[in-house]
Amino acid sequence: MLIIKLAIKNLLGAGLRTWLNVIALSFSYVAIIFMQGLYAGMNNQMEASTIKVQYGGGQYWHELYDPYDPLSLDDSHAKIPNEISGLIKNNDAASILINQGSIYPNGRMQNILIKGIDPNQKILAIPTHFLNNQNGFIPALIGGRMAKSSGLKKGDFVTIRWRDAKGTFDADEVKVVEVINTEVSEIDNGQIWIPLDKMREMTVMPGEATLIVLKQNSQFTKNLSGWEFKNLDFLLADLRSLATTKSAGASIFYFVLLFLAMLAIFDTQILSIFRRRKEMGTLMALGMTRSTLIKLFTLEGSMHAVLAAFAAMLYGGPLVWYLAKVGYGLPASTDSFGFALGDRIYPEFTALLIIGTILLVLTVTSIVSYLPTRRITKLKPTDALRGKFI
Amino acid sequence: MKKLIFIMVILFAGALIAQPSADEIIKKVDANTVTDSQIAISKMIIKGRRGSRTVEAKTWQRGSNDSFTEYLAPAREKGTKMLKLGDQLWTYSPSTDRTILISGHMLRQSVMGSDLSYEDMMEDPLLQNMYNSKIIGEEKILDRPVWAIELTSKKDDISYDRRKVWVDKDRYIILKEELYAKSGKLLKTIDIHEIKKFDGRWVATSLTYKDVLKDGDGTQMQLDEIKLNQRIPDYILSKASLRR
Repeated sequence: MLIIKLAIKNLLGAGLRTWLNVIALSFSYVAIIFMQGLYAGMNNQMEASTIKVQYGGGQYWHELYDPYDPLSLDDSHAKIPNEISGLIKNNDAASILINQGSIYPNGRMQNILIKGIDPNQKILAIPTHFLNNQNGFIPALIGGRMAKSSGLKKGDFVTIRWRDAKGTFDADEVKVVEVINTEVSEIDNGQIWIPLDKMREMTVMPGEATLIVLKQNSQFTKNLSGWEFKNLDFLLADLRSLATTKSAGASIFYFVLLFLAMLAIFDTQILSIFRRRKEMGTLMALGMTRSTLIKLFTLEGSMHAVLAAFAAMLYGGPLVWYLAKVGYGLPASTDSFGFALGDRIYPEFTALLIIGTILLVLTVTSIVSYLPTRRITKLKPTDALRGKFI
Repeated sequence: MKKLIFIMVILFAGALIAQPSADEIIKKVDANTVTDSQIAISKMIIKGRRGSRTVEAKTWQRGSNDSFTEYLAPAREKGTKMLKLGDQLWTYSPSTDRTILISGHMLRQSVMGSDLSYEDMMEDPLLQNMYNSKIIGEEKILDRPVWAIELTSKKDDISYDRRKVWVDKDRYIILKEELYAKSGKLLKTIDIHEIKKFDGRWVATSLTYKDVLKDGDGTQMQLDEIKLNQRIPDYILSKASLRR
């Protein structure tokens, strides 16, 4: 208890030097917590919106379907298994049929994916009800990015060309009934959505699908011949590894910050030991052991981290609270990177993140504070009292 | 009266004998089109919104299924090669030193920015294999009498469900062609501007290929040189020749 009191007294007595270190260290706290919270928020936000509009509670893929292999897409379709048909009828699953095609907006050819989906599905948060509008034309939904790249807008007619299941060309006009604003580019870029029944008729693929999306929290994971179940861990793996990579990249930034703060503390400790030789000699002469002296100096150094945590709380607390509430605005160009983020990220600052960061900084500071004090073990009280260096 | 009827019957029979059936016409068209082999140098003039550019190529073709094309000009495309063996198509780009199998959606892409897609090159050139034919009229194109023939697919797996061809009555070469989607929508047109005879066969030496759904004036193809029934060594029609 004595050394704690002594450490606090010494630390506060150092005045500006202490506060400069504390402020530098508090920047590290705020930076680490802010960046980690930002990436946690980004990751959760991306996952939530992707699950909502794309993955649902997991998907059954036709055995040949590979979203990254356009070569196999033409053959990736089959009749929906009976086990799944029941789920679809009960609105516990939705089937999607995918085909490749081309559209000709303003006389330009653009290769696209045509996706057929039930207009009355409730599994994905896509406003497919607009596709019920079939007054003598094929209704089509497109996303904002697709609208931008093709120059199409609501109410436009555009020629669409595709090949049916046998490979015969067919073409027709579709009407853009709605342009949907979605954060998830995977359901937007280079694709149009049309009613599933119409799609099946156009491609001569009655009762067929490419993939089936299950309702969120569905427990249905049966093995179905010709279909492969993909759970959310699989479907979100890319997204998660992207977040991990981003987070690791950002850690370089706060590692540098932390390193600078630690350098300052290390310097302070060296300076303290050098300037307080007589004090150390006196304390030893009064009966303080070398190990207690080491503890005292280490504690003094470590307390920078404690004070910094309070300082960070003072100015960082309101800042992160504000950001968590109103979000962090993203520049307009971020949308084209393909992140399912919308225009704001809402950072998530969990207790685990805050406590973990405090413990990390405290541990690193303690280690850095301890290292210079090892020289005290060689200190002779008589030399110290005379002001001789160790 | 009997004499008149007799003369009319003779004339009618004569007319029947003189006019071949649509199937016979198409067979003759195929016979004129497909050669054992050919080596040709041609130009493709691609007309776009920002002007036109010319791509020159040399093609070695054996039968109706195998061909090898090497692009000679412009400098940017020089050395690009394309190999078609049966229903497979590869391209080689010297800038990346990569050979790519063109398949799936890539087949829908345009060849060198022209109106021609890779999948158009994969078509079976023998019309008799794919279509039922019917004469629907007689017209004049390029000042030559032609039969207008409607072709409807015999099988399900034909790229174009319906075609209309205008066949020169004397030379059995198509002077105009329209390709339709299943819905009846016109997709592509081919207009022949000039034909020449090489080794007893009529060959189109200038034509315009147009994707009707796209803006623009289409792609003009011009045949500069052709040698028919030439021996083509096996090594040319092999994947190894792409990198050679």
